Formats: sequence, structure tokens, C-alpha cells
Amino acid sequence: MRPRGRALRLFVQIVVMSGLVLPILLGLWETTRAGFGVLPALGAYEFSLEPWRRLLDMPGFATSLRLTLVTGFGSTVLALLLAVGFCAAVHGRVGPQGGARMLAPFLAAPHAAIAIGMVFLIAPSGWIARLISPWATGWTTPPDIGTVNDPYGAALILGLLIKEVPFLLLLILSALAQLPVHKHLAAARALGYGRGIAWIKVIMPQIYPMIRLPIFVVLAFSLSVVDMAIILGPSNPPTLAVAVTRWFGAPNVGMILPASAGALLQAMIVGMGVALWLLAERVAIRIGRWWVRRGGRGLSSEPGLRAASAAVVILMMLGAMAGMALVLWSFAWRWPYPQALPSTWTFDSWMTPSLGWGAAATNSLTIGLVSTLLSIVLAIAWLEGEDSAPRRGRALWATAVIYMPLLVPQIGFLYGLNVTFLRAGISGGMPAVIWAQALFVFPYVMLALSDPWRALDRRFVNTAAALGASPLRRLYAVKLPVLLRPLLTAAAIGFSVSVAQYLPTLFMGAGRVATLTTEAVTLSSGSDRRVVGVYAALQAALPFVAYAVAIVLPAIVYRNRRDLLGEHAP
Amino acid sequence: MRLPMIVAAVLSMLTPAMADWQATLQAARGQTVYWNAWGGDARTNAFITWVGQETERLYGVKVEQVKLTDTAEAVTRVLSEKSAGQDQNGSVDLIWINGPNFESMKSQGMLHGPFVADLPNSRYLDLSPSSPASVDFTVPVDGYEAPWRLAKFVFVYDSARVRTLPTNMAGFADWAQAHPGRLTHPAPSNFMGATFLKQALIELAPDPRVLREPVDDASFETATAPLWDWYDALRPNLWRGGETFPENESIQQQLLNDSEVDIAISFDPASAAAAIEQGLLPETARVFVPVGGTIGNMSFVAIPYNAAHREGAMVVANFLLEPSTQARQQDVTVLGSFSVLDPAKLDAEGVAAFAALPSSPALPALADLGPTLLEPHGSWMTRLTEEWARRYTK
Repeated sequence: MRPRGRALRLFVQIVVMSGLVLPILLGLWETTRAGFGVLPALGAYEFSLEPWRRLLDMPGFATSLRLTLVTGFGSTVLALLLAVGFCAAVHGRVGPQGGARMLAPFLAAPHAAIAIGMVFLIAPSGWIARLISPWATGWTTPPDIGTVNDPYGAALILGLLIKEVPFLLLLILSALAQLPVHKHLAAARALGYGRGIAWIKVIMPQIYPMIRLPIFVVLAFSLSVVDMAIILGPSNPPTLAVAVTRWFGAPNVGMILPASAGALLQAMIVGMGVALWLLAERVAIRIGRWWVRRGGRGLSSEPGLRAASAAVVILMMLGAMAGMALVLWSFAWRWPYPQALPSTWTFDSWMTPSLGWGAAATNSLTIGLVSTLLSIVLAIAWLEGEDSAPRRGRALWATAVIYMPLLVPQIGFLYGLNVTFLRAGISGGMPAVIWAQALFVFPYVMLALSDPWRALDRRFVNTAAALGASPLRRLYAVKLPVLLRPLLTAAAIGFSVSVAQYLPTLFMGAGRVATLTTEAVTLSSGSDRRVVGVYAALQAALPFVAYAVAIVLPAIVYRNRRDLLGEHAP
Repeated sequence: MRLPMIVAAVLSMLTPAMADWQATLQAARGQTVYWNAWGGDARTNAFITWVGQETERLYGVKVEQVKLTDTAEAVTRVLSEKSAGQDQNGSVDLIWINGPNFESMKSQGMLHGPFVADLPNSRYLDLSPSSPASVDFTVPVDGYEAPWRLAKFVFVYDSARVRTLPTNMAGFADWAQAHPGRLTHPAPSNFMGATFLKQALIELAPDPRVLREPVDDASFETATAPLWDWYDALRPNLWRGGETFPENESIQQQLLNDSEVDIAISFDPASAAAAIEQGLLPETARVFVPVGGTIGNMSFVAIPYNAAHREGAMVVANFLLEPSTQARQQDVTVLGSFSVLDPAKLDAEGVAAFAALPSSPALPALADLGPTLLEPHGSWMTRLTEEWARRYTK
């Protein structure tokens, strides 16, 4: 039994190393070479710091850097505060399953779709303004205020919050399931602590270590997001990640050198961002200890918590309205300002085959299904290998390897990775795109599946073993069926991650592999919001269907297995 | 005795070229051409789809449009392939290309050619050395790209909302002062934004002739001084206080449609009529140009040096120059983009095809568009956008 386990572990580790880690390292290597002046295709062979000098001299560089830091840290800190405040205010009223169901649409909707919907919603000529104009505001023409693409990045932060708060809420909900929350809260309440503050002082410190890694993922993502920042962020100058993406695509190909330096800087910012966060944790722990020991019962903090939960509800309403606006636009023919609804309706945008949404949807579906399936199989193999390991738990290096794709900014290695793929002759097709997307799907699948897998009651497996079931049989006859719900949830998350991928599809597909996301982002730089509505609505609908399947399928399969359903499932 | 000799002489002149073209057609049959073209305009995309259907029917050549957000993406792609030593079987077969990207690719040896003279339909073009089909942003085309559609800079406004219009570029500063927040232009990092500045530069430069030469420090200083004075006066009255700009002209057209601004710009005189047809602008949208005329140039298609389907790409480039294709392209209900062919070289059939095209109140007559101003040398555009970024990107 042991040798089999070791062989499996070795095999999975080799697959992950060569399939996930090596490409990223190679990509980073190519980018690093270009960042230090070595790009043979341009006749640049000498090591030099010139790309960095050019990067620093780029107009608006300092502003770009500042914007990146403000939007990245700002949205992460705000998202965490709001998520914690919301949980503190409403805990006990929403169960984990109900919560997950409520959050699913927000987790499913890709960043680009949310961003496109938000632009139309909050712009000065947007839906909100149209609903209240001119009768309430007197705006016969839209006011000249920067509610989107504002120079401070506020609209971008808002857009990020709509995606990140639900993500953190879901993580907190699933972490809560592993704690005796009621007992702890009852004790705290008995000592006279306020309802909300008891949650923050007693439960939150226990939850935080469990959601720490995902917070780093959120931080890394926010610091380097491209698609949402193109659509919602400022443009003159944009955030660093957008600026770097633009330089990679500048007409003057020599710009690839400073762009590579910028991509490296982007990677360093994320690294330093995480380090800074760790430092801030130390300070927060000090302050927190003092605060907890002071023993305030926190009755006065209730209004603040209520404000946080109100903010979360408003965020979700904005997200929902953004989605509705997209669907409305896709059925509009003309919708002039300041009318609250389209003045003429049409099905044309959905009926015109030459707009090509059919092909794009098929591509998104195929890539999503294949990359998710690959990632799920790999994740199961990895976790099964861990189960048979002599020591329980995961080594730090293994954690680092799994989550590396989420922590290294995409822009930092995608250009280099493309060059590597080209050398190997596999760029520009579906396989390359599927591979590149699996780099990001696998970590999310692992993130979603690891805890439920470990929480599986060992006695099931031990009983099966005692009855003589082989390891393989124990896997497919016991573990997988019992874990059906978390497996499907992980698959739904993986699928939605795949559908939302923008940069990997763009770089690795050589632009030939058109998905709903690449088309939606491309079309959002055009003038036809109605067609964008079709793409963005479809882009949000695909993952939504995946989540729906993940919720409905177990209920059908286990309609006569009560304890494998609902709250009692592991 | 004499006649066969003439026939033989004529044949000996014609045959090689025609035989070459026959060979090209033969090699092209069954190929799929990956045409990298900006994909932000649904009508252009639909037109390209139609081109593909026609070339497949006539020559067995399929066309697959690779929709770009920015043409430079295709340049980067070819460069990545060159970096990786992939000198054959490249992923890009045909690019819809403009000045700076063309200059960049041509100077890096990333283009196939010269091939334009090999296209049978090049006989309809005016290829004299200084014609718009021979010079792209003052860079000699040298047969490395084939013209496709004619571009001329125009302004679009909503006649239901706007009563007075600026008559020249200098007048835009006064107009913006009278209508603060109602005017903008695309970011100059975008081609159209740069064109807005170039249009003003041509009008405001003390001696516009220097713009035909490559830029140097002294000429740039002198020529652009009045431009920056004008722009400093204009900028505070722009949309969002001139702090942010629409990414491209399509976004600006959407702003016009949303009533956020009063004026949009376009490189296509028929774009207002086309947008009305599509429901993307109000029925009252109209076109105007400054009295001194506007910048005009041609859009081209080029073939990368490593294109996998070079012959197919040439067949597509040739089909684009068919008089019937060009007439269909100029049809405002289809694309509404002016023809690149020399009217003097058309046969009766070609002339009739153009005469039969429908008209629209938002479609200006050629005479209303004023003289066509030549693009400044390409180095001016680079310098201008860099200087703009240095001054106004903080």
C-alpha cells in the first residue's frame, strides 16, 4: 500500500512541476531576460539596465504605481472589513448552504461582465442616472462627473469589491462550518459581549488563519488585474498592469523591453504587497490583543457593523443591477439618455449569427470543461496521494507550488510563456489555451476541494479497507460519492475561473481562440453596447449554469440519502 | 505573319504574370486565411465574414477573422514568432494595418513583399509615387501592403442638440469654452486621438511644409509651439476637465450616443450614416469638417513574412480590390467606407456599380468634405504623442 501511495505522489508531483511550475518559471525567465535588455529577436543581446531606466521615465509611471497600490490594497482591505462586518452582523441568520446559494451568481459572474455592466450602471449617462433624470436631478444632458474611469480608481475599487466581498464571505462561511461557533458565541454573550463584537473578538481570530491564503490571492489579483482595470479604471495613466499590457502591444516593438521590466516590477509589487500584509498582521495582532484584553463589550460598535452589512447589501444590489442592465441592452435597439428603459426593442443582437457569439460560447464551454476536468483529476490524484502519505498535512513547499499561479501576476510570465510555447510549437491553438487556463483553474479547484477532502470522516475509508476494498475501490466507491457535492462545487468554481480568463487566452491563443471573455473585452472597446450585452450576459450565464448544476445535481442523486445532502455533508 | 508575332510578343509579356497568378490561385485553394483585423466594429466584422464567403465560393479560400483590440497585437504576435525562430507557418496571414504599425513591421523585415504589383486588380489603382496608395504616412509602400479602404477625418455631431459648430481647428478652443465638458477626443496613444492632434497641427503650424520631412528637435519646437498654446486653452474645457479620455473613437461615438459629449470623430465620412442605420446614433447625427479640409489616408492590408497561407492572403487582398467589392463596401447599408480605386481607371461596369449606390441625409457628398490634407511624416506622430504624454500624463 505504501509504495503505491509514494508512486502516485511522485507522479502527481512530476505532473504539477512540469505542467504548472516549469512553464511559469520559464515564462518568468524569458520576461526577466527581456527586462534586463536581452531579446535576440530585436537584436538586443547585452545585459543592461536600460529597460528599467526607460520604465522609470515613462510618463505617468509614478501615478500608475500609486494607482496600483491604492486600488490593490484599498479594495482588499475594504473587502475584508466589509465581509467581516457583514458576518458579524448577520451570523446565525444565514446557513452555509443558503449563503453559498445566494453568493453563487456573484462568484460565477466574470470580472469583465461585472465591469461592463457597472460602467453602464454608474456612468453619468448610466442606468441609475437615467432612472432619476431629468425629473429628480434636472440633468437633461448627463452631468460631467467622473463616476467611471475616475483618476482615483474609485470605480475600479467598487467593481473589485463586488467580486471580492462575496468570495471572502463564502470562504468565511465554509471556515465557520469547522468551528463550534454556537458554543463560543454563547459563552461570549453570557459574558456580556455585544452580538456583533462577540463574533469579531472570539470567532474572527480563529477564522483568519483559515482564510489567510485566499486573502493573499485576492491581494495579488487586485494588484495586477487587467480586464476590469481597462474597463473601469482610469486611462491617463492607467494602473501599472494595464500600462504594461499596453506597452507589450505598442506599435514600437522596442517597448517590449521596458514592458518586461514593468512586468517584473508588477511581480515584485505583489511579493512586497504580501510581505507588507504580513507585517501589518503583526501590528494588527498587537493592537488586537490589547483591544481584546481591554474587555470592551462593544455595544457601541453595532451601528458600524450595521453600516458594513448595509454596504454589502448595496454592493450586491449594484452587482445584480449591472447584470440586469447587460441583459436589457442585449434586447435594445435604441436606448437614448435619459429614458429609463430602451425606446425600441429587438432580438437582432441575439439572432445575428455573423456576430459569432455561438462560436465564442462553444470555445468557452469546451475550454472550460476540459481544463476543469483535467484540474479535478489532478486535484483528486494529489489529495489521494496526500491521504496515503506517512505524515498528514501539506508541506509549505507544496502549498507554494499549488498556489504559485495565483500569486505571480499573469502579466509577469505570460509573454515569456508564449515565447516558450512558440519554441515548442504549441502556441496559438486550443491545447495551449487549455493548458494556460489550467494553470489558474487547478489552484482554485485545490482551494475549494482541500478542506472538504480532509474533513472526510476517516472511519468510512477505514471501514471500507477493513471490508477488503482496494485503495482504488475506496476512492471511487466511498470517497468520491461522499464528496460529490464539494467535488461539483470545486468544478463549478474551476469552470467559472476558466470562463473568466482574459490574458492567458489572449496571449496563448494568438488571438485565434475567441472566447466570450476575449470577445466581450474587445467589443467593449467598440461602440455597440447591445452586442457587448449579449457576450457579457452569456459570459455570466455559463458559470451560473455550472453553479446551478453543482447545487441541483447532488440533490437529485442523493434524494434518498439524507445525510449526504445539505448541512450534514462533510 | 505579323499578327502571330504580336500575339507572341504580347503573350511573352503577359504570360509570366498571369501564369504566376494562376499558380497563386492554385496554391491558395483550400487555404484558410487568418486575417488579423481590429474587431471593435460589428459592420466591418460582418463585411469580413462576407469577403470570406465570397473568396471561398470563388477561389476556395476561407477567411477567419482574428479580432484585435489593437492592431499592434498582431505586430507583437509576429515578433514573438520571430523571437522564437518561427520563420514559417506563422499564425498571422493578413493584417489590416496603418502607418506606425506598417513602418515598424516593414523596417523590422517582418513583411512579405513586394506583392501589390502581382495582384491583377492593382490595375485599378493609382500607384504613381505620391498617390495615397503609394505612401502610407509618408512611408513609401513599395508594394508591401495593398490598399483596402479610404479614410478621411471627419467630425460627427447631433444636429438636434448642437446649433453652432467650429469652422476650423482654432475655433474648437472657443467652442469648448462656450460648451464646457461637451467636447473630447480619444487618448492620443490611440491612432484617432493622435490624428485629432495632427489635424490641429497641420492647421496651426507656422510652416506646414516641415511636416513632410522627418521631425527634428528644432522643427518640432517651432512647429508645435502654437499647437500647445491652443491645447492648453482647450483642455480645461474638455469632457472630465481633460483629465481622462475615451480609449478610441468608438467609445467616443458611444459617448455621443449617450449625450455625454456633443462631438465625435471618425476616419470614415460614412460612419454617421452607417451608425444611424445600425441604431447606434440618433437619426439627427450629421457630419462636418473644418473649412481647410482634413487629413486623409488609406487603410491597407499586409502579409507577414512568415505567413502560413501567403497565397490565400494575396487572393483575399486582390478580391478586396475588385470594383464590385469596393462598391459594396461603399454602400452605406453595408459598410459605407469610401473606395480606394481610381475612378478614372474603372470600366463602364465599375462606374455603374458605384452610381447605383443608395444615399442618406447623414452621408456627405464628396464635395462637402473639402480638400484632403496629407499625413505628416510618421515620426511626427510618435513625437507628438510622446510630447503630449509628457505634458499631460501626470
